[in-house]
Amino acid sequence: MSRLLKFNIFRYTPQDEASVPHMDEFVLEETEALTLFIALNRIREEQDASLQFDFCCRAGICGACGMVINGRPGLACHTKTRDLPGEITLLPLPVFKLVGDLSVDTGTWFREMYHKTESWIHTTKVFDENALEDRMDNEVAENIYELDRCIECGCCVSACGTARLREDFMGAVALNRIGRFLIDPRDQRTERDYYEIIGNDEGIFGCMGLLACEDVCPKHLPLQNQLGFLRRKMGITAIKTLFRK
Amino acid sequence: MQTIYTDVLVIGAGLAGERAAIEAATAGHSTICLSIVPARRSHSSAAQGGMQAGLGNSCMGDGDCPDVHFEDTVKGSDWGCDQEVARLFAERAPIEMRQLAHWGVPWNRVVPGKSTYFKGGQQFEKVEKEENAGLITSRAFGGTAKWRTCYVSDGTGHAVLFTVDNVCAQHGVEVHDKTEAISLIHDGETCFGVVARSLRTGELITYIAKATMVASGGFGRIYPNTTNAVICDGSAHTAVLDTGIVPMGNMEAVQFHPTGIVPTDILVTEGCRGDGGTLLDVNEERFMHTYEPEKAELASRDVVSRWMTHHMREGFGVKSSYGDHLWLDIRHLGEKHITGKLREVYEICTGFLGIDPIHQLIPVRPTQHYSMGGVRTNKDGAAYGLKGLFAAGEAACWDMHGFNRLGGNSLAETVVAGGIVGRKIVEYMEGTEVLFNSRIIDETYAAQKQRIDDLVSGRKGTESVYKVRADMQQALHKGANIFRTQEGLEECVDTLQKVLERARTVGLRTNGKGASPELAAALKLEGQVKMALMVAYGALKRTESRGSHNREDFPARNDRDWLVRTLAYWKNPDDMLPTLQYEPATQVTEIPPGDRGYGKMAVISSDDSKGKEG
Ligand SMILES: Cc1cc2nc3c(=O)[nH]c(=O)nc-3n(C[C@H](O)[C@H](O)[C@H](O)COP(=O)(O)OP(=O)(O)OC[C@H]3O[C@@H](n4cnc5c(N)ncnc54)[C@H](O)[C@@H]3O)c2cc1C
Ligand code: SF4
Ligand code: SF4
Ligand code: FES
Repeated sequence: MSRLLKFNIFRYTPQDEASVPHMDEFVLEETEALTLFIALNRIREEQDASLQFDFCCRAGICGACGMVINGRPGLACHTKTRDLPGEITLLPLPVFKLVGDLSVDTGTWFREMYHKTESWIHTTKVFDENALEDRMDNEVAENIYELDRCIECGCCVSACGTARLREDFMGAVALNRIGRFLIDPRDQRTERDYYEIIGNDEGIFGCMGLLACEDVCPKHLPLQNQLGFLRRKMGITAIKTLFRK
Repeated sequence: MQTIYTDVLVIGAGLAGERAAIEAATAGHSTICLSIVPARRSHSSAAQGGMQAGLGNSCMGDGDCPDVHFEDTVKGSDWGCDQEVARLFAERAPIEMRQLAHWGVPWNRVVPGKSTYFKGGQQFEKVEKEENAGLITSRAFGGTAKWRTCYVSDGTGHAVLFTVDNVCAQHGVEVHDKTEAISLIHDGETCFGVVARSLRTGELITYIAKATMVASGGFGRIYPNTTNAVICDGSAHTAVLDTGIVPMGNMEAVQFHPTGIVPTDILVTEGCRGDGGTLLDVNEERFMHTYEPEKAELASRDVVSRWMTHHMREGFGVKSSYGDHLWLDIRHLGEKHITGKLREVYEICTGFLGIDPIHQLIPVRPTQHYSMGGVRTNKDGAAYGLKGLFAAGEAACWDMHGFNRLGGNSLAETVVAGGIVGRKIVEYMEGTEVLFNSRIIDETYAAQKQRIDDLVSGRKGTESVYKVRADMQQALHKGANIFRTQEGLEECVDTLQKVLERARTVGLRTNGKGASPELAAALKLEGQVKMALMVAYGALKRTESRGSHNREDFPARNDRDWLVRTLAYWKNPDDMLPTLQYEPATQVTEIPPGDRGYGKMAVISSDDSKGKEG
């Protein structure tokens, strides 16, 4: 006989005057290879059609389904119920604005982040349609991709103590983004330019280094190394800047 | 009523939409992309394998060029494509890849010297040229004469979409995410924008624009088993359909991908076979080479999917509680390759199946993957029937894919078409004055409001959204799958008509407040059933086999009678069937219909003047 799973799910629809934040309980029989993606859809289709949550790729590649699963931020689509106890508590990711139930607004947060970090290649070179592409060492390309793999699920931000305390803290994901451009030879920004963006408490010096971010990152990005690398780089830039003054 | 004005409105923030938006924005036009999800979650990011462009940098791609790419594309389409468009595409693809490199895509690059690769389970050696060091490299994909697929490890779509979205942010393209277009605004001649619903608050928002573009991706979710994201449900197509004026092209052309994993149909990339993975049957023996001695696992997708299904029907499938499947074997590629260049595959296998592909076989079966059909446009991306409406990417039937798309040609299409159509939109903007008709805008808004009120109040009936949707999906699965017959299709059309009637009497179970997911599903349901009917009815009428459209009762490709594109209209909202018309597949014929070189089948030639078959 398979398990009966008990789900405790956070409920609140801000647009509905009658709605107050509370937890709802749902019971579902566990089936083979059950994931939270399948479970939540079944609950919505069979028990409560108003339940809100976000899935998109359902394959662990788009980052839509971040939520707090038994106390830990993670991707719901690749969470198998067989790895969880019989009682499963689901909460929306903190830090991001709540849309309803388990759905949060990551889009606005990340869009702001792109603008803060100026998340694009800064170059004075103009693209020439008739020329060959600029050459690049394959290893450099692979190193950039390694940092480009972030899916913006927001798990690291939600797990971060600093981000919960300070609204303006950029989080590991933004620092990783800077790291990505820093090693890209096409980006002509200098270390001082980067220092302008992250050489403060909103950036690298606000990080307490407890590494909850790396622990929860579903893509296993090397956030710890990135933070260390940037802290050293920005530390040196800070000293240089002081002496230049 | 909130109204937002913009010069250019793009429905969709995937690669096609954002690539076009960059053209509009850099030409100085205010540009907004709507998207159901944040831009970077669009399905383009899920593409792992890569994108085709005849750069010819890698040694296995030596001698490649747009001519060869063009020829592969036309053959791949089984001569169903518009050859002028395929030509435009092949010529432009290399430039777009370089443009992407300039914008920051970390393409894998040529590493000079010796290395090994696999084909058909065997190991070979290749030597990359010193003079090409550091140029964009390529891998093998199905249906191509040369290694032509540019890639970023196995996160190509992800890396490219993130880069293009960065460029959008840089140039001030606004992305209004969690916003779903539910109706076009038009006066029967010109499109004025859309009415959209906020998926944050449930509010209706009117977007008024001089030019509107549909770049909403595929609609695989009208099938139950698909590799597509849950948002690929054709909601924007249904809005186009409702105009009654704009036709959908070749809706019966639905691609099934050979390697969806069992049971969840998550895709493992064609790169697995490109990099030397093999397909095995219940006896753990290879079989593709017995059907396709030349190309084996690397024949085009329609061909491989068909032989897989055939082989399972012959009793060589692996039995499982989810039905029969086959195996994909990549074990011989080794740990380094699998956890490096095929890391997503590794993660999908370990994360979703609990199997380790370095030592274990992957259960796979063909599953719905790509919609060749869509909003019919001309070669400029202008939709048939309405001025100021454009389309590109998977949502469109621009028609370089005909009846079968080659792997890697879609992602490349998104940026190539996005660029071309984006520039055409800019030309259109510069040469056109648009007078907005406020009465029509108000009426459209009111009609959508009414539609929502009806659903919430249950005035039209109390059918369950989810039940009706499931019945539509099952009907298609049963009747309009890889192998099709007259009988199966007739039954499918019949069932879908009953489902359509029920779709018209849906009522919500909930109050529909806020971002209500039930309301979102209900708003698109009737249109989805109509699209399903376009697929099934188009397939019933097309009495031949071409590319992915495979009639068991008409196994030959019939160029004499069917070298045409189906145009499906839904002329009157109350109709029970689409109205079908036909147009020649191509105006310009550079390569006359011939043998594809794989997937041998009988062909009734266009010179054949004998009477109709059968
Ligand atoms: C798993 C998988 C792997 C693939 N791998 C490859 C590959 O390796 N190579 C290759 O060439 N092709 C591949 N493809 C195909 C290719 O990825 C897609 O065809 C292509 O990315 C589609 O891009 P697009 O820009 O047209 O649409 P999408 O990227 O799907 O974007 C659609 C956009 O439209 C928005 N939208 C949809 N409806 C509405 C609406 N009503 N209102 C507002 N916004 C709306 C969505 O939010 C989204 O932003 C793959 C496909 C799948 C499913
Ligand atoms: S290490 Fe820094 S960024 Fe990571 S969770 Fe801790 S405070 Fe946040
Ligand atoms: S760094 Fe990791 S946890 Fe953070 S947003 Fe990116 S993928 Fe998610
Ligand atoms: S739904 Fe895309 S990562 Fe979970």
